[in-house]
Amino acid sequence: MRHLLDTRTLDKVTALRILDIAEDMSDTQSREVKKLPTLRGKTVVNLFFEDSTRTRISFEAAAKRLSADVINFAAKGSSVSKGESLKDTAQTLEAIGADAVVVRHPASGAPQTLATSGWISAGVVNAGDGTHEHPTQALLDAFTIRKRRFGADSRGRDLSGLRVVIVGDVLHSRVARSNVWLLTTLGADVTLVAPPTLVPQNVSLWPVRVVYDLDQALAEGPDAVMMLRIQLERMNAAYFPTEREYSRRWGLDALRLDGLPDGSIVMHPGPMNRGLEISSEAADSERSTVLEQVTNGVSIRMAVLYLLLAGERDEERGGDQ
Amino acid sequence: MSETLVITGAQLLGAESADIIVENGVIAEIGSGLSRAGARVIDAAGLVALPGLVDLHTHLREPGYEASETILTGTKAAASGGFTAVFAMPNTSPVADTAGVVEQELALGEAAGYATVQPIGAVTVGQKGERLAELGAMATSRAQVRVFSDDGFCVFDPLIMRRALEYVKSFDGVIAQHAQDPRLTEGAQMNEGTVSAELGLAGWPAVAEESIIARDVLLAEHVGSRLHVCHLSTAGSVDIIRWAKKRGINVTAEVTPHHLLLTDELVRGYDARYKVNPPLRREEDVLAVREGLADGTIDIVATDHAPHPSEHKACEWQAAANGMVGLESALRVVHQSMVQTGLIGWADVARVMSAAPARIGRLAGHGTPLEVGQPAQIALYDASVAGVFTEADLHGRSVNSPYLGRDLPGRVQFTLHGGVLTVDDGAVVAELRAHDALSERSESK
Amino acid sequence: MSARTVLHEADVSRALTRIAHEILESNRGAENLVLLGIPTRGVTLARRLAVLISEIAQTSVPAGALDVTLFRDDLAKHPTRSPHPTDIPAGGIDGKTVVLVDDVLFSGRSIRAALDALQSIGRPAIVRLAILVDRGHRELPIRPDFIGKNIPSARSERVNVRLVEDDGSEGVTIEA
Repeated sequence: MRHLLDTRTLDKVTALRILDIAEDMSDTQSREVKKLPTLRGKTVVNLFFEDSTRTRISFEAAAKRLSADVINFAAKGSSVSKGESLKDTAQTLEAIGADAVVVRHPASGAPQTLATSGWISAGVVNAGDGTHEHPTQALLDAFTIRKRRFGADSRGRDLSGLRVVIVGDVLHSRVARSNVWLLTTLGADVTLVAPPTLVPQNVSLWPVRVVYDLDQALAEGPDAVMMLRIQLERMNAAYFPTEREYSRRWGLDALRLDGLPDGSIVMHPGPMNRGLEISSEAADSERSTVLEQVTNGVSIRMAVLYLLLAGERDEERGGDQ
Repeated sequence: MSETLVITGAQLLGAESADIIVENGVIAEIGSGLSRAGARVIDAAGLVALPGLVDLHTHLREPGYEASETILTGTKAAASGGFTAVFAMPNTSPVADTAGVVEQELALGEAAGYATVQPIGAVTVGQKGERLAELGAMATSRAQVRVFSDDGFCVFDPLIMRRALEYVKSFDGVIAQHAQDPRLTEGAQMNEGTVSAELGLAGWPAVAEESIIARDVLLAEHVGSRLHVCHLSTAGSVDIIRWAKKRGINVTAEVTPHHLLLTDELVRGYDARYKVNPPLRREEDVLAVREGLADGTIDIVATDHAPHPSEHKACEWQAAANGMVGLESALRVVHQSMVQTGLIGWADVARVMSAAPARIGRLAGHGTPLEVGQPAQIALYDASVAGVFTEADLHGRSVNSPYLGRDLPGRVQFTLHGGVLTVDDGAVVAELRAHDALSERSESK
Repeated sequence: MSARTVLHEADVSRALTRIAHEILESNRGAENLVLLGIPTRGVTLARRLAVLISEIAQTSVPAGALDVTLFRDDLAKHPTRSPHPTDIPAGGIDGKTVVLVDDVLFSGRSIRAALDALQSIGRPAIVRLAILVDRGHRELPIRPDFIGKNIPSARSERVNVRLVEDDGSEGVTIEA
């Protein structure tokens, strides 16, 4: 795998391969010595143009467990905040000798621009670009759903027949987009629930159902309910009248939680707005996979870095070692 | 003084073959078997002769943004595309909202000599949309401004737009509107549609263009003024113009070459060469504007040539500037999208790319027919060749063209600006021979 | 490509029976033994050996799998390999006598990786190595304790092991 930029173009075979390798990585994390020598000598750069402690330390942990060297580049306070362009930043990393660059950027498409520009020869992992995609999040979400459902029997399985409901600000959510593509590739049935203002106008070609009424969607007994954070920092108030109204109509409260069938799980990519899109009862219940998602995130990111860096380099890289 | 030229065997507007004699900057004779002792002969067999093209919408960037383009480099690019006149948009620095700035632009164009530069004046001071600029002063200045635009920005306040439409009636001026509702397009990056939903780029909905056009044609009707709509890009906009013209409203509209050919599918991949305002639209919109140009609903093609330095395009989409250079490729793109598809012929090309723009802009001495006595503004175009468009085909200072690497038909072989060769045998002339610019100017007024 | 058979089905069976006896002899019984096969065919062989040993010693011996992919030192020379599951039997490996089982011993790098992998899981008391076929050309100081058959080979030749559970047929061939 040369880059991981999105799940839109991730085929089923590769997706399952990532999930299965994550199972192996996950197993090693219960050993006495969690560290593996696999990526020793490789350098992974975390190139984060957006604040994100959680995702960054997840990638850092993943890289270090594989014995790779990690360099953290935070845009705030760096040359970027003084106006350095993406191109110059990238070429500086190339000069330092990065083998992989994990990029989080506020502009949709920035990782793709980085990967196709010819400025760097490193592999690129998209850790979240604008409102476009967050592929490792979707992969860890799929892993979590599969693990809860099939347990030790997960290897090799897809998500055929499983029903997932994704609730929240789909319009601005890269987590939603990545999950829509990946979950449907793996055979799951996806329903989106949101106020009409928070669904893109043109999703008729997406392989999903769109429903405005959360209770209607939950009445169908989904296997997983994924709550998205309402991103107060990204929008003005005109998307819905008040937080109270949003919470009443689209929040997962205790009543809705109790109505879920046995075995249904409640998911959230974090960070949570307790009391807004998800109640504390839901967040802390047995059904909640919030903490597992974090653990699984490290395993998934270990699998992704392994696939990007361990094997021989593709011809695409111009034959360099 | 310009030299005497004998052009032999040119196909006038792609039709019958004829010889043309150019003398003293004027078409002196048209016939067959013509000759002049001592005159240079240009063999134009197989070349289509068009009246020199006139671009009603160009960004020459001078004064203020000379890193992207200057009046000299921009008019060289124009000449290479077969243009003999360009209207220069006022979003310069300082903004062209006073007689002083427009006269400076005029002088720079005359000094360069590659094409006639007709300045466009801003509608409002600083293009801020708050107070009318001194439109009258610009109209009576040496630059004789007739077209006014805040292009880059929409004249959004309906009251200001009404006043502007009314005010320019006193000197036969026209307001050229950049139709974009700013509230509906805050932070917009590309056409709002299926592609934007997938790519996670904020959308620029068609209704933001159409609602302004609808409002403006009604205002123009109400005050009895003429209106020009810049870079019309959507099927809905074509419908509105069609309705307005049927109603007898005095409105004209332009379409860019890129909106005749390219769609928002190209934005996949986030290559900022395709970032432009108004954005590339859907296939349905491309077909609708082609039809609109063919049936006269859209009056002209205008390039919206918008040069940018490479650092404003070789970056992530959101940080990139809007705009494409277009002077060098315009005729070839119109050839591919409209002539090769059988929608229009060369006579129509002459109309939409020369006669009509000059008429809308009230520019005398350009857009004139290929007839004896008319100024020698001529483009000779080889429609039989084709090739990959490369940076070698660009002659301005910037290279932000969406056609690099694409096959385009045709090639401008010769351009005559007031009888002076600016493009000779496919190459832009490096040093122009001195010509009497002032007398040419006063003659044409 | 001429392939000649160096071990027929019956030969494999006899070799494994002998190895099972040798393991029991060296260990003085079945106590504390854990067999760990290296995927894929090493795992099959480890299971068979566990059955054989259990029959002989009348006591069960745990068998599992030890994947070494993530510990290899030659990953960059090949297209990316997918790891296989590691299955450590309940009871673990601390203080045990671990017998690593693999089908072919060549450069010795897989076994070196296996030793590193074992180290990350626990601390065995003793580690032994059982191999069906030793084809020589060692690059590291690794020596098997129990050998099915020594097959001298040229570096360029390929040694193919087929087992019924994995390949449908049984035998060891060598081809140029």
